[in-house]
Amino acid sequence: MAIKVFIPTPLRAYTDRKVEVEAQGQDVGEVLEHLMQAHPQLRGQLMNPDGQLRSFVNVYLNDEDIRYTGSKKTPVKANDTLSIVPSIAGGCPAAVASGRC
Amino acid sequence: MGLWMPGAQMEAVLRHGEATYPHECCGLLLGHPAADARAPRRVVEAHAMRNANASSPRNRFDFDPKEHLAAQRQARERGLEIIGFYHSHPDHPARPSQYDLDHAAWPGYSYLIVSIMEGRAARGEAAARSFELAEDRSHFIQETVETTGTAGSAPESA
Repeated sequence: MAIKVFIPTPLRAYTDRKVEVEAQGQDVGEVLEHLMQAHPQLRGQLMNPDGQLRSFVNVYLNDEDIRYTGSKKTPVKANDTLSIVPSIAGGCPAAVASGRC
Repeated sequence: MGLWMPGAQMEAVLRHGEATYPHECCGLLLGHPAADARAPRRVVEAHAMRNANASSPRNRFDFDPKEHLAAQRQARERGLEIIGFYHSHPDHPARPSQYDLDHAAWPGYSYLIVSIMEGRAARGEAAARSFELAEDRSHFIQETVETTGTAGSAPESA
């Protein structure tokens, strides 16, 4: 089945500026694979060279992080939505003699 | 590229950094992406987020992922997009750290950093600088910040 996938702002450069696209599959892995086949430039943004999701890429099926629901094997059903959300973190290192970050 | 930001929103970011000092503040830059390669990203609103890093908030920040997801949905419902992120460097310059680089998301966002020195926003140009991530993710590139209304720096007296 086809479900809706929400695309974060910088990645819309690879989805013809679309905020949401439809992708097909029975589970999250299939949906992501279909999404990347339809928009090949997304693959390098979402995946490491070894085919795993990049460490800062979070994927939510509705309100649930797929890491806690079966990862790519999480089944999808009609009217589900998939959201791609980056982890956001940063900051200075511990105070150092130079006072520079 | 670059970042265009109402002065009042820049002030809000600086005041957020002062309010959370000596901890780091963080938030979203909501607005509209660049219309073309030479146009700036345009901020409508700086949306404060909670620093969810409980173990080392003086020199680290992170978003709670569910709060980020919720904020992304709310922005979309308002016709706004997440065009970047901001955070403060307490008692450090407004320059990205190696840690910032290691934890950056994709190129195409603005990464705004404000410097809060001894509880007050740094003066003038040193107060706030914005960066974007190089396409190969190897470094940050400083981008211009244009503010309207009040200047990006802290007022002389407040």
